[in-house]
Amino acid sequence: MEEKSVNKTNSNGYTFLFAVIMVLVVASVLAFTATSLQPIQKENVRQEKMQNILATIGVETDRPGAEELYNRYITEAVTLDQNGEEREGVDAFTVDLAKEIKRPAEEQNFPLYIADYEGEKYYIVPLRGNGLWNAIFGYISLKDDVNTIKGATFDHLGETPGLGAEITKEWFKESFADEKIFDDSGNLVGVSVVKGDIDPSDKDDNQVDAISGATITGDGVSDMISERLQRYLPYFKKQTEINVATK
Amino acid sequence: MATEKKNISEEKEAKKKEMILFLSSSEEKEHFLSKGNRKLLSDPLDDNNPITVQVLGICSALAITVQLEPAVVMAIAVVAVMAFANMIVSMLRNLIPSRIRIIVQLVVVASLVVLVDQILKAYAYDVSKQLSVFIGLIITNCIVMGRLEAFALGNGVYKSFLDGIGNAAGYGLILIIVAFFRELLGSGKLFGFEVLGHKAATVADSTGLYALGYENNGLMLLSPMALIVVGLLIWVQRARNRKLIEEN
Repeated sequence: MEEKSVNKTNSNGYTFLFAVIMVLVVASVLAFTATSLQPIQKENVRQEKMQNILATIGVETDRPGAEELYNRYITEAVTLDQNGEEREGVDAFTVDLAKEIKRPAEEQNFPLYIADYEGEKYYIVPLRGNGLWNAIFGYISLKDDVNTIKGATFDHLGETPGLGAEITKEWFKESFADEKIFDDSGNLVGVSVVKGDIDPSDKDDNQVDAISGATITGDGVSDMISERLQRYLPYFKKQTEINVATK
Repeated sequence: MATEKKNISEEKEAKKKEMILFLSSSEEKEHFLSKGNRKLLSDPLDDNNPITVQVLGICSALAITVQLEPAVVMAIAVVAVMAFANMIVSMLRNLIPSRIRIIVQLVVVASLVVLVDQILKAYAYDVSKQLSVFIGLIITNCIVMGRLEAFALGNGVYKSFLDGIGNAAGYGLILIIVAFFRELLGSGKLFGFEVLGHKAATVADSTGLYALGYENNGLMLLSPMALIVVGLLIWVQRARNRKLIEEN
């Protein structure tokens, strides 16, 4: 009997049938779990996004509490076109930057969040660019003068742990606070991540200290900031004009 | 068509036989926690530990032992994956075509790991971000495939289930011990709580041990220290358990 069963499980037909049934069973089980858990997973991602946006203006919160604070402090979420005009009917929160940056500039949607926190107005710009291995992304918030950085957060898909992945660390993010994005002659330069002896207390040099061993990730951060911010220039120009006019 | 029908009926027959085998097997007569079964659980914790004695599954022991929380979640995930993988493979052991048995084992392990990953993403999102690829890499953990090939293919369902739990627990135990020392000495915390006092910018503002000038050892946070801690564990274990020492 033992021998018979061995022979049977060795036949081509049986092997093939076994493989087919196994694949069908496994596929349906996995598809079922993935579909039924998807709403909860999406909600987690949404809350984390709110948490990250809030973190740039200095509001620390846990993930479940993010939604309430987001609704309290983020007064406006607008989608802009390349001329700084608002695009109606596009929800800024659901704009997928990963897809947007691949489109030509005139078709792109530029999401912008406007926050009102402790009496100050902040503009929060979502960032996305390339690191060494994969995409890097984050948010940067500007004060009402549209020049001084309030805070920044960064995240990445696959940078090297201990090197490029250090961009998510507190000390690196903190070094962006109070840096200026315009140089003395009023040109947009963003903030450069520079190797060497950078004085962290010098907030007017448009530079922050780089991470050793993460040159390409650091350059990616610099490029991402200047490239993204430059897209919002037309809008920011209008805002400063309004500011000047009302003062 | 005809051959397919034949195959299906053959399979049904085989399933019946398998059920009879399963129900009448000797393990049913044995007490649930007989001495032999207890040994399946306790052996991998010490005498036959997958990490410190068999030196398997080291890679993930380096990567996720910086803090206790991910180490505990990883240990639980591996226990779940191994217990069920062992059980499923043992149930199917007389049905699996021997020529594709490694593929079948891999599919069983991989689908369980995907399940665990999906569940973590839904219910423990922050931990799953921290563990990132390492949950997926349970698939390549040599302990899992090793136990399927060495034990589950030749033993009953209940015994395989215990063997899976035992080996995964042996792995998890070492993971948690290593993470305990790395988090305590590396960042002065346990499960994220500052157990050694609060470290402020200056010694004067600090509390607890830090007020005495104590500093965290940043080296403990780097991967090589996991290997060194595992090495120390092997030393301690062999000093206590003389029969593990190889004779030359």
